[in-house]
Amino acid sequence: MNFNINFFKYRFIAFVLSALLIGLSAFLFLTKNLNLGIDFKGGIMIEAKFSDVPDLALLRDKIDNLQIGNSEIQEFGDSNTILFRLEKIDDGNITQEQIIQKLKNELDEDTDYRRVEFVGPKVGKELKSIAIKAVLFSLIAMFIYIWFRFSGWQFGLGALVALFHDVLSTMGFFSLTQIEFNLASIAAILTIAGYSINDTVVVFDRIRENLVKTDRELKELLNLSINQTLSRTLMTSITTLLALLALFIFGGEVVKGFVSAMMWGVLIGTYSSIFIASPLILFFGFKKVEEKS
Amino acid sequence: MLKINKWNVFFVLAVCVTAIYYIIPNIYGKSEVTALPKFLSQKQVNLGLDLQGGSHLLLEVDTKSVLKEKSEDLVDDIRKSLRKSKIKYSNLGSKITGAVVTISDSEKITIAKNNIKENIEQGITIEESKNKLNLFFSDQYIIETRANTVEQSIEVVRKRVDESGTKEPSIQRQGEERIVVQLPGIKNPERVKALIGRTAKLNFHMLDPTTVELAEQRGKLPPGTFKALNSDPTAYEKQFVVKKRVLLTGERLKNAAATVDAQTGRYVVAFEFDKKGAKKFAKITTDNTYQRLAILLDNKVISAPQIREPITGGQGNISGNFSPETANDLAVLLRAGSLPAPIKVLEERTVGPSLGIDSIEAGKKALAIGFVLVIVFMILRYKAFGIVADFAIIFNIILLISMLSAIEATLTMPGIAGIVLTVGMAVDANVLVFERIKEEIRSGRSILNSIDLGYKFAIKTILDANFTTLIAALLLYNYGSGPIKGFAVTLSIGILTSMFTALILTKLIVTFWVLRLKPNKLYI
Repeated sequence: MNFNINFFKYRFIAFVLSALLIGLSAFLFLTKNLNLGIDFKGGIMIEAKFSDVPDLALLRDKIDNLQIGNSEIQEFGDSNTILFRLEKIDDGNITQEQIIQKLKNELDEDTDYRRVEFVGPKVGKELKSIAIKAVLFSLIAMFIYIWFRFSGWQFGLGALVALFHDVLSTMGFFSLTQIEFNLASIAAILTIAGYSINDTVVVFDRIRENLVKTDRELKELLNLSINQTLSRTLMTSITTLLALLALFIFGGEVVKGFVSAMMWGVLIGTYSSIFIASPLILFFGFKKVEEKS
Repeated sequence: MLKINKWNVFFVLAVCVTAIYYIIPNIYGKSEVTALPKFLSQKQVNLGLDLQGGSHLLLEVDTKSVLKEKSEDLVDDIRKSLRKSKIKYSNLGSKITGAVVTISDSEKITIAKNNIKENIEQGITIEESKNKLNLFFSDQYIIETRANTVEQSIEVVRKRVDESGTKEPSIQRQGEERIVVQLPGIKNPERVKALIGRTAKLNFHMLDPTTVELAEQRGKLPPGTFKALNSDPTAYEKQFVVKKRVLLTGERLKNAAATVDAQTGRYVVAFEFDKKGAKKFAKITTDNTYQRLAILLDNKVISAPQIREPITGGQGNISGNFSPETANDLAVLLRAGSLPAPIKVLEERTVGPSLGIDSIEAGKKALAIGFVLVIVFMILRYKAFGIVADFAIIFNIILLISMLSAIEATLTMPGIAGIVLTVGMAVDANVLVFERIKEEIRSGRSILNSIDLGYKFAIKTILDANFTTLIAALLLYNYGSGPIKGFAVTLSIGILTSMFTALILTKLIVTFWVLRLKPNKLYI
């Protein structure tokens, strides 16, 4: 396919759209917040598979009667499988082992406990700070790499803004869908960042090549570069989405949240490298002379 | 000019042989692999706890409590040495790491200091200011104490886990005072957790003849006694009045085992003291015949039998209200010894065997279907070149698994997701090359020239683009834990292998093909 789309005609529409997207993400983030998993919040999570479909209302009553703090009960994957999330943990009076045992005593004996996870408040806090560090460091590392490789801070900044755009809107995606935000979500965000920057680099690379090769006006040159790489950008997005789709449908309940975030990330990453990163180079006042000197 | 590079052929063949060498052991089961001939690799991909089922526990040793105990011991030592040398003192007390005392006669402060110094451990510094003596643990002492406490705790935890019959457990220190315990394939994590978490300090006291009711009527306990709960809350006697003095501790035990008492038919824990302990036990039972002994485990009374006759053989039974399991657990705890400090479970991740099996099945299915989808799509889009790219994908997966085996990596569910994702993303390098070749052909170059330029131009982009993904993967590896690390590993290796397959393997195939068949038109 040979594309000749004037992307720059749409750059203001894209900027407005992205601004709205970021605004909406921030709004969702502030109002609905993230559905933090026990990785960061601390607490107990139990995935139990029952031999018969359990009565959720009855289960809820049973758990409430135990007086082990706030709890959440939901179906997980199929109607036989229930996910319990308990807020309360070791407070000196009762240990988490006792809480787990209490809950287990209420359920049928042949219940299959597929997952039992417990994260103490101390570890939750540590994991939170580790997650923030990991995301920030990777953004900074990518910014520095691009700046260095493309000898122009406009490139680095363009890529960085696109990255923030992707990360923030992915957080918005997590708020909107209320998919549990856990350690796997951080992995998803970092992979999205890697994927998005990968796309951006391919376009930037072509820009760099064209800067030496052709004598076109910068705006036209940027547009040409995006068009030349568009077919590859779309191809890779499609194959990646195909693989993700297979994971989403067949990969099981545990990775579903991770995979859906990744799918969103591939879409938004592709969009941002076309509509955000490259036009921003122009916006930041990159001049052709700079490159040639 | 496009030509076949002999070194590249050699390199590809070498990689193929290495890949096959490392992938073979994965066909066999864990036990079969050790029976393979010595010249073959025996390294396999390990399954993570989330795939094979099992428990991951993060424990924290409360080393502060040991320092607190040591501070209290220090107070005792000071008291003893001052009494011995008949020096009057006041305000003797412990601090978080050390002790403080005021010497009443300030002229005797130097003698007091010297006397105390003789009776305390090295590494404790004494400072004097006016008539006050300030004793504190040196940093070195604190570091060593904490390290020793954690080391001892690991030893005890290891013994307990080994005794509980868990296969291939892994117990490692993490950071300063944490222990990571991994128990693959464990069936009853609650029981093992309960075993690990018990301090299991066994103390022998005498029971005071005063009953709890009587003490409550009087409004106070007899001097030198304390109230202790019965470890069995369903028992008739809920609390006991126990004499404070510790007569004997579990440290003197030589052996312990769960057995059935021949007379009552109930489960008991039979124990045996070492020589010194047996002697002491004989004296205790002789001096206190017809009185009641109190056996305390972690400050709760597990048994309070009446001493019917002196026991001189150093053997005895603890008869609580035991089930076969609880009797066995207690025996395990007594054999492994007590923890030097309390242990707390900070984090637990347990996956049941059924979820592990389901996850493996789901992972296989997703990989197969993702693979087929991508392969078909590539052929639809790039025709003959699509087949070349598909060959690269297959080779890529083989290479990825063989590298995972070579480093004996741990495969987790997110790791499988990483492999599936690699199938989708690994074609990127080939796509970059193919698109470039198409472009060059469109601009009117010859087939050979287009292919040559296609690879030449794409290589720079591929390196740049993949490097950034590698940055993300490496940071993820550095900061991630358990399953997430598995994802980072497969993702980074997938990137590396995809570069190899795209830049060297498919180039070789494509070159060979066009040089041999000399097509006038490329179906790409």
